[in-house]
Amino acid sequence: MQIYLPIAEISVNAFLLLGLGGIVGLLSGIFGVGGGFLITPLLFFVGIPPAVAVATSANQIVASSVSGLLAHLKRKNVDLRMGWVLLVGGLVGSAIGVAVFNYLKSLGQVDLLVRLCYVVFLGVIGSLMLVESLRAIQRARKAGGVVIRKRNRNWVHTAPLKMRFRTSGLYISVIPPLLVGFSVGMLAAVMGVGGGFIMVPAMIYILGMPTKVVVGTSLFQIIFVAAFTTLLHAITNHTVDLPLALFLLVGGVLGAQVGTRIGVRLKAEQMRVLLALLVISVCAKIALELLLEPSELYSIAAGAGA
Amino acid sequence: MIWRLLAFLMLLPSLLWAAEEEVVLGLSQDRVAITARFDGSDILIFGAVKRETAIPDTPLNVIITIAGPVSTVTVRRKEQKYGIWVNASSVSVGWAPSFYAVATSAPFDEVLSVDEDLQHNISIERSIRAIIRPGMTENASEFTDALLRIRREEGVYQQLEGAVTVDQQTLFRSSIALPSNLTEGDYLTRIFLTREGKVVSSFETHIAVQKVGLERFLFNLAQNQATLYGLLSLAIAVIAGWGASVVFQLFRQG
Repeated sequence: MQIYLPIAEISVNAFLLLGLGGIVGLLSGIFGVGGGFLITPLLFFVGIPPAVAVATSANQIVASSVSGLLAHLKRKNVDLRMGWVLLVGGLVGSAIGVAVFNYLKSLGQVDLLVRLCYVVFLGVIGSLMLVESLRAIQRARKAGGVVIRKRNRNWVHTAPLKMRFRTSGLYISVIPPLLVGFSVGMLAAVMGVGGGFIMVPAMIYILGMPTKVVVGTSLFQIIFVAAFTTLLHAITNHTVDLPLALFLLVGGVLGAQVGTRIGVRLKAEQMRVLLALLVISVCAKIALELLLEPSELYSIAAGAGA
Repeated sequence: MIWRLLAFLMLLPSLLWAAEEEVVLGLSQDRVAITARFDGSDILIFGAVKRETAIPDTPLNVIITIAGPVSTVTVRRKEQKYGIWVNASSVSVGWAPSFYAVATSAPFDEVLSVDEDLQHNISIERSIRAIIRPGMTENASEFTDALLRIRREEGVYQQLEGAVTVDQQTLFRSSIALPSNLTEGDYLTRIFLTREGKVVSSFETHIAVQKVGLERFLFNLAQNQATLYGLLSLAIAVIAGWGASVVFQLFRQG
């Protein structure tokens, strides 16, 4: 069934869009990532103009994150207090990130910088996570299935302004979560994504939150960031395509519900291995695009460029 | 003076002859409505040649062009620097139609001479114009060639040789397929009658391509009531997310 999208000005297959939304929703439910880094390139591939793809996927992420969050809330897997703290840091960070992005744009080659940012960040985070989680699995096998994670006390525990995060079982200073929220918000704004795939590892490894709680809390924070992005795009660029979003989000919300159920069955270490592999494969894809000679050297963009 | 008059008299027949054949045109539709289920559209263009005098001996050929709204685009080329492929140089094409189709009644070279093409801008190559800035690379034509190649592959620039049928040197018709990724606007439609590569008569009209119904409503809302539209998108997203959660809950209980 073909459908004409009024803002993207292109006719596409509705079932294809439902499928794309479904896949991304599934990942969002399992891993607590928004999936912006995945759905935007997929939409490019279908032929949606880049500006419309970026804006509309932000809207679809709101939907699948709400769906995933509600499923996690029922299981009491969301640390709302931590979520708010991260969000405050995140909003400040993204405001500064947008300013940084515009400054880089004026220098030119922002696209390249964003891609290099992706490769370095995703590569490092993915590899570290993979190594750590594989070790955890090995340890679990040796110890007969019981994993005792060593809680190393560091500056996270000793800094002032301590706060109790009951759901996460933490009693730590609010400064580290604020900083984590801030840096992820800034990176996300520069890289043009929600930042779930950086936020999730940061919560696990820097803040020491239990993997179980991380997914729901990350989704909570993503909803606000993605909603803010959607509004910004709708008002300044007029590039949110409502029918496109509708088809994506119907697939997305269903996918997220299924994903949450799969996520609950996975062990914490297994989930971390899979997320690490996902992060590494995205990194590899972008790196290959930069390294291999493209089949078409020329590209066409609207408007008069420099 | 006498010589000038003589020269004018000698030219006179050809001037008269140029106006002797006129196009009378019909279109299967002079507007294309883009609805939610729009999936491309075929436009039938047909017409007749009206003339007062006898049919000349040389064969009549017909060229039909349809051009979409014109915009400025930037063509970029990637180059390898420090081992990675990055956008290096670019050329602005100040005049590029979103869609361009040329249908002819015979191979293009036979129908139209190069000089006439330069004058009337009929071929695909002549449908776009690059902005040449001082100090820019002299190989701008590589960029415009790339633009034409990419758009041809996408099917938005079409050269349809032999797609116009001419009967008895008087009736002609052609069908041109408009793709599904159509932009809104007035599509300039031109018809040229040629003999021996020269344009003897031409005719212009417009086909209006417009979004209608829901497509029109959403597009206007997004442009004119951007805040409301953004909030509406968010509301739909939140309700859909909440709805899916409720539905799944019911399934689990049921």
